Amino acid sequence: MMVTRSYMSRREVEQQRFSIPVTVLVPVGAVLLQVLLPRVFAGLAILDLPFVVTLFFAISRRSPIVGTATGAAIGLLQDVLTGQPIGVNGMAKAVIGYAGASLGSRIDVENTTTRALLAFGFSLVQSILLYLIERRLLGIRAFHVLWLHELLRATANTVLAVPVYLLLDYTKHRE
Amino acid sequence: MDFLTQYKNALFLIGVLLSLAIALAVQVRSPLDEAQPDGPSVRLIRMWAMTAVTPLERVTHAIGSGTGRAWSAYIDLRHVRQQNKDLQQQLARVRIEAAAIAEDALQGRRLQAMLGFRESYVGSTVAAQVIGASGSEQSHILTIDKGTRDGLRPDMAVITQNGVVGKLRDVFPTTAEVLEINDQSSGAGVLLASTRIRAILRGTLTGRVQIGSLTADSRIQPGEQVLTSGGDQVYPRGLQVGVVESIAPDPDHQPYTAIRVKTAVDLDRVEEVLVITGTQPDLTAGAQQDLTAAAAQHAADLSAERLPGIYDEQTPGATGASGATAATGAATPPAVNATPALPHPLPVVHPDRFSSGSTAPASDLKPGGANSAPSGQQPQPPQPGAAQ
Repeated sequence: MMVTRSYMSRREVEQQRFSIPVTVLVPVGAVLLQVLLPRVFAGLAILDLPFVVTLFFAISRRSPIVGTATGAAIGLLQDVLTGQPIGVNGMAKAVIGYAGASLGSRIDVENTTTRALLAFGFSLVQSILLYLIERRLLGIRAFHVLWLHELLRATANTVLAVPVYLLLDYTKHRE
Repeated sequence: MDFLTQYKNALFLIGVLLSLAIALAVQVRSPLDEAQPDGPSVRLIRMWAMTAVTPLERVTHAIGSGTGRAWSAYIDLRHVRQQNKDLQQQLARVRIEAAAIAEDALQGRRLQAMLGFRESYVGSTVAAQVIGASGSEQSHILTIDKGTRDGLRPDMAVITQNGVVGKLRDVFPTTAEVLEINDQSSGAGVLLASTRIRAILRGTLTGRVQIGSLTADSRIQPGEQVLTSGGDQVYPRGLQVGVVESIAPDPDHQPYTAIRVKTAVDLDRVEEVLVITGTQPDLTAGAQQDLTAAAAQHAADLSAERLPGIYDEQTPGATGASGATAATGAATPPAVNATPALPHPLPVVHPDRFSSGSTAPASDLKPGGANSAPSGQQPQPPQPGAAQ
């Protein structure tokens, strides 16, 4: 019992909190930017800003339930605007949110190198999840994964994630 | 109870995933109405989202296009003189080409009329601006600033002056989604221009466009034009789609080939589009006038090239004109007030009694008399002014 109390207090101390405007506006802004940026330069469609934000909130809050809910909500909003069946990104990002939060409670996620590795690894995991959902669940046989392209996407997301996380760190309410 | 507490995180995740999987399963059922790819509830959700997002997209587009327009106006002014000259030359070339094509077009229309073939021409269009995109590499969808209030409906073809962009997918009151032809769920009936082979064009996951339903055919070569065939009842026949870029065996669907098509429209940089809201069996009045004018021009050009000269070489004024024509190699029209000279036939090489000038003048003819020219008399070619 003593051990449990100690563990929970440590988690409570390490959990980051965000104000409601940040909680709402940052994911919505990320989805909107994802829609608008490729209009400026089509190559920017390789980035996945909603993924970057999902991972940030997951590893910062360190609560699998909140991470799952946040990921599902961001993914669903992305699905609505991209014209895809609603739920494809929702499922993938829900898993990312859950896994990110679970991992965030076990390792130090304040380190930049750790964050970069997490962004790179989870970007690849999301590509695999999207492949499974599209190919196995929806039965789209024409869906292929170009692994070189996915590696490029993971690299681009990592390069984006590092400065974005540094900026978003200022929105945290430390207790 | 302990089980629920211990595994509440995993159970929550499983619950979310199950809910979303069921939602997906409901959506991917075969739609009852082909024109409505989404069910009513999904369409409602998308409409709400679009309604929320559209104002932001409009503002962003207005700011972006305003800045871009100001900058491009400055840049354009620096080159406008040279550009104007180039465009005039291009227009002259296009007029000559149009005149040459006009006769073929008229002949084609006559043949179609004889065969009872009903051609459909673009009758009415609605111009729209692109204000948003899907922002995903998995789907290639554009958002335009016109909707049902402007007469748009799902499955209407969307084009630019260069060729086909796609078709309308979901149409909302003030906006609409355009499914581009390079989206993986998109398809169009096409026709290879020179070989006249019909095929189905599809988008791919990587945002490219390819024809995958044809076996290897040595007649199909890179550079061949790809046009819409009109068979899909969405795109009117004859619209430019692109050109064949490469031909390679399709590893996933043997023995078919994957014919990659380079689209005529740069789908990543579409700014303004035309939505085809109606087709008609005949050309529009403007197009009809253009075609008639081009045909008349072409006929005049042919006459100038093929018919013998009508100017009298012995007439001083005409001689000068002919001389100028010969010197410059171009047809010179006579002056407006000049009296046109009478044409005269070329000299007869082997004259007979039917030749011009072999018959006596009408005043000398007698009913029942021998009116033929005296034997041994060689008919003389008519001299200019002899009849006067």
